[in-house]
Amino acid sequence: MSEAARIHLRNAQGRRLHRTATAFRWGALITGGALTLIGLSKRSKSGVAIATAGGLLSFAGAKAGVRQREMIARSSILLNCTPEQAYQFWSNFENLPLFMRHLESVTLTGENRSRWTAIGPLGKRVRWDAEIAFDRKDDVIAWRSLPDSEIYIDGIVKFRNAPANRGTIITVVVVYQPPAGAIGGTLARILGKDPSFMMRQDLRRMKALIETGEIPTVEGQSHGPRSGVAAVARVINPDDPIKGEGKLSDIARARRRVS
Amino acid sequence: MKAVCWMGTEKMTVETVPDPKILNPRDAIVRITSTCICGSDLHLYNGLMPTMEQGDIMGHEFMGEVVEIGAGVDREKLKVGDRVVVPFTIACGRCFFCQQELWSCCDNSNPNYWIAEKLMGYSPAGLFGYTHMLGGYAGGQAQYARVPFADVGPLRIPAGIPDEQVVFLSDIFPTGYMGAENCNIKPGDTVAIWGCGPVGQFAIRSAFILGAERVIAIDRFDYRLQLAEEGGAETINYAGVDDVVQLLKDMTGNIGPDACIDAVGMEAHYTGPMWAIDRTKQALKLQPDRPGVLRQVIMACRKGGTVSVPGVYGGFIDKMPMGAYVNKALTMKTGQTHMMRYMKPLLELIQGGKIDPSFVVSHRVPIDKAPEMYKAFRDKQDHCTKVVLDPWANAAAA
Repeated sequence: MSEAARIHLRNAQGRRLHRTATAFRWGALITGGALTLIGLSKRSKSGVAIATAGGLLSFAGAKAGVRQREMIARSSILLNCTPEQAYQFWSNFENLPLFMRHLESVTLTGENRSRWTAIGPLGKRVRWDAEIAFDRKDDVIAWRSLPDSEIYIDGIVKFRNAPANRGTIITVVVVYQPPAGAIGGTLARILGKDPSFMMRQDLRRMKALIETGEIPTVEGQSHGPRSGVAAVARVINPDDPIKGEGKLSDIARARRRVS
Repeated sequence: MKAVCWMGTEKMTVETVPDPKILNPRDAIVRITSTCICGSDLHLYNGLMPTMEQGDIMGHEFMGEVVEIGAGVDREKLKVGDRVVVPFTIACGRCFFCQQELWSCCDNSNPNYWIAEKLMGYSPAGLFGYTHMLGGYAGGQAQYARVPFADVGPLRIPAGIPDEQVVFLSDIFPTGYMGAENCNIKPGDTVAIWGCGPVGQFAIRSAFILGAERVIAIDRFDYRLQLAEEGGAETINYAGVDDVVQLLKDMTGNIGPDACIDAVGMEAHYTGPMWAIDRTKQALKLQPDRPGVLRQVIMACRKGGTVSVPGVYGGFIDKMPMGAYVNKALTMKTGQTHMMRYMKPLLELIQGGKIDPSFVVSHRVPIDKAPEMYKAFRDKQDHCTKVVLDPWANAAAA
């Protein structure tokens, strides 16, 4: 099986396991709760036993806590340039926010270290530090978040010649392990249901930027009166990152400007 | 500025909207001098193409003068003051597809490529004044337009040639020409062309330019068939014919036309029970396209022949005669027009006096009359073949 197919399968299994775990948790909590109530209402020895079993089951359900599933994004794209040019562009991590829509900034903080800021819906930010794990010129770059980060993100990009001088095929794989809690929630929202789709969109923007010097857009062009429904949908679009203060009024203003 | 806006099915209005601005380094702004209504705009007018949004500016056949260019535009290729025809497909000029001269398949010009990928697997180039699936770029039925990748598409036009002779280089002349070129015409060939609208008319003339012996044109409006005859075609008014396929066989010694062109597309009219069935399915949104002509073209084409489809299809069709297609060893060639391949050579044909595209114009009106002209064009009122709009004429004076 190809690596791409393996990752598809693994993501699908991950989604299934996540659904199963969630179902178990809620099942245990509800059944356990019901048993406890029934047991307590009996006021007998068997009642105590039932209530105890129910309590244990509830506890197991609550304790089970669904671990945030690991998410893998994988995508590849053909670039009309040499592997050297593609490598040079990517190896400067500060270029990444130019085409990765949810990255606000990447700042180099040391020889192999960088500080990443991603921005989610409603302007919520997630920050982490990363280091280069492996780097072979014009061939491959791998990076990972530092061990004490709140988020675990490993990424690798591979550059290889397309046949017959058709350019360079780059392949990117990023593994995300969102922690529980607010940061994990924001990261999960940024990645959406299909992390590879988001990656594909980012790589399309990178391709346009490298090949044409710009990213195609229709944002800000003239138009006639839009319908009210479409305007509201645009303002509340939950997928759109807003590079601003993250206040609701700023978001509304930015979206109005765009529409 | 004034612009024709899509405000819903069968609702076109002329609105006052902000002038366009440069948004990307390789953009240019063109002050439009002539702009047209295309048959494919009627699919939008009739509300059959998904992903339109109220307020979208229509139009993809326009020309004018460059009034502003972005910092990234190659000055060798385009300057302020140039008079240009703008092709309806937008191409970056640098991707794999542009370099293969498959300009209408440009990989970088559609910002909404992912919608097209869902429906078609891959995304074609962005288009002016069309659906958001194909980019949602503001169109050219307006006084000004923003033209992305302006150093690739727009063709400079020398002074002295009137707008009417060159404005159709923006779409229908190259589209008709590519429709004929896709027929792989050899000496002695007979080409049958369904649809005598503007693209069909240019396909007729292009087929002769490319060496066809006979062209047989099929339509139901006598005034359009008249225009086809003036172009040298034999004509069939299918409304008075029982069986077009049999008639074509009778006209060609039972061999059939060597190539057949569907210059009609998704809103075809035809006769028989399938017409009623397809019309109903389209109205109920069970089938976006009405493929009567495509089926007929496949049935009529001779064995080993070529079917060329410049007509626009949007989605899926039912009862495609795949058995006929396979067993007769047919070839089908299609595509949005690879504009940049044809504009310059066709301009030379115009300059050399080989063809005067202005024969197709039936109406010249101020832009304010656009809404009523959409209706007239669709309903074939007043012998309407092609409408050219003047964005600057005063409606009251006209």
